[in-house]
Amino acid sequence: MGHYGSGKTFTAVNYAAYLSGLGKKVSIYDLDIVNPYFRTVDAEKFLSEHDIELVVSPYAETNVDIPAMNAKSYKMLDDKSSYAVLDIGGDERGALALGRFYEGILKENDYDAFWVVNPYRPETRTLDDAIAVKNEIETTARIKFTKIVNCANLGEETTEKHVAFGEKFCAELSDKVGIPVAFSAVRKDLKDKIKTENVLPIEPIKYVNWI
Amino acid sequence: MSEKVLMKGNEALAEAAIMAGCRHYFGYPITPQTEVAAYMAKKMPKIGGTFLQAESEVAAINMVIGAASSGVRAMTSSSSPGISLKSEGISYLAGCELPALIVNVQRGGPGLGGIQPSQSDYFQATKGGGHGDYHLIVLAPASVQEMFDMAFKGFNLADKYRVPAMILADGTMGQMMEPVSLDANAVETYDKSWATVGTGKHEGRNIINSLSLSPKQLEDWNIDRYARYKIIEENEVMYEEYMTEDAEIVIVAFGIAARVSKNAIKEARRRGIKVGMLRPITLWPFPKKALNGLADKAKAFLSVELNMGQMADDVKLATNCKKPVYFYGRTGGVIMTPEEILGEIEKIEKGEAEQW
Repeated sequence: MGHYGSGKTFTAVNYAAYLSGLGKKVSIYDLDIVNPYFRTVDAEKFLSEHDIELVVSPYAETNVDIPAMNAKSYKMLDDKSSYAVLDIGGDERGALALGRFYEGILKENDYDAFWVVNPYRPETRTLDDAIAVKNEIETTARIKFTKIVNCANLGEETTEKHVAFGEKFCAELSDKVGIPVAFSAVRKDLKDKIKTENVLPIEPIKYVNWI
Repeated sequence: MSEKVLMKGNEALAEAAIMAGCRHYFGYPITPQTEVAAYMAKKMPKIGGTFLQAESEVAAINMVIGAASSGVRAMTSSSSPGISLKSEGISYLAGCELPALIVNVQRGGPGLGGIQPSQSDYFQATKGGGHGDYHLIVLAPASVQEMFDMAFKGFNLADKYRVPAMILADGTMGQMMEPVSLDANAVETYDKSWATVGTGKHEGRNIINSLSLSPKQLEDWNIDRYARYKIIEENEVMYEEYMTEDAEIVIVAFGIAARVSKNAIKEARRRGIKVGMLRPITLWPFPKKALNGLADKAKAFLSVELNMGQMADDVKLATNCKKPVYFYGRTGGVIMTPEEILGEIEKIEKGEAEQW
């Protein structure tokens, strides 16, 4: 979860691939009820190459403009054989999608809730702004964040400098709110330039290849 | 230059409008432009501005007419079907000689169409949409940075000439995220002594109106406005040329289609085919002179659009049919690939393509 446009889908897709790489059975649930474009389905090929099951609304990236979820999403709690990675839409509006699952998740109490942070988004430029968004999301989701993910990025123009700034920003956030930082989500080609150990390499997946 | 931030096109445009002095936004939600309204809803109350979600698009554009009449920078935004609903009001804005900014983040049509990106409102934006003798200044951004810059440009030009301006974006421009620097562009101010803000103890009254009781007077108003359109056509044309110096085939494309075309051009050059591009930034006024000049050098033109072929007609007119004009497009919310454009370029090379 996190502010919209922070890099939640990239993080979710690549975190699922990371789990799959550890030999786990993984399903990714696209619970995005906000975004019309740029969805997990863009990564369909990548996900199937990594043996990850994609549970997404059949209407994602079609012309059906309704905030729908796949009915199969209900199995996330019942299917004990598989890890469930949830990609949730931006801000508190997106977090609303957790409304029908939070009770089961809290009851099972075996989860991490990643707070995806990008300090290069204008509405989460300061610690206070980022925390305000966090609080709004937690109120709606009815689940508290357990880890912070540094997703500092400027899209194609991201350099190691931006990642380093994000690390500092997230460390300060962590001190303020008492939530540990899990890892930095870093574009694959930048991985070797990063000093931190906890890095989730991100495969750049494009909506269309116009760039 | 301030440090860049990562923004959606819709957000960048909304932020720029606020920086350009807009404090009156009237809208109605529709995908894929809703973030403009959402951004305004969040920001306007904090800075003493007005965000108003109207009961319909028709109401929203009429609120723009009211606000613009008082001389403030007012705007509305929508996507294709919503712009159709606003077209009556846009014609009234033109008739009343009111500056305002209208944003169309286009989606597939006609009718309800779909929510995926499209450029099929080119005719509507450049050839009317509403009724009567009028033009809009039409700006076509091709990056998130340009979405930001065009908001300033749109307001400045509208105020300068007392005409409504439109930013004709598409779903990808609205939804895609790119780094953008939020440095304020120049905010130009023009005399607005015509605004209906009270008589101020001077003689006479200001009247904002598009109704004339005398046909001759209405004709005079139109002739007067067309004199201004002529000045706009002479002074405000904007376009970008890309590798046109030695180009034998010149692609004409705007917005997202120009982005895809650039990739096709790079690959064509690698294959030894001399292709370049003219990207209109103003769709009205259309870069007629520049295209006509290129028609003396190039062998052919290829209009690339996310529609069934709308700007291609203007390319033919601008070049006086001196050279063959071809068209390639995808529509209904489908985006072409660079490979598809390259295929069309090769067909033209081999003489296998059909002329527009």
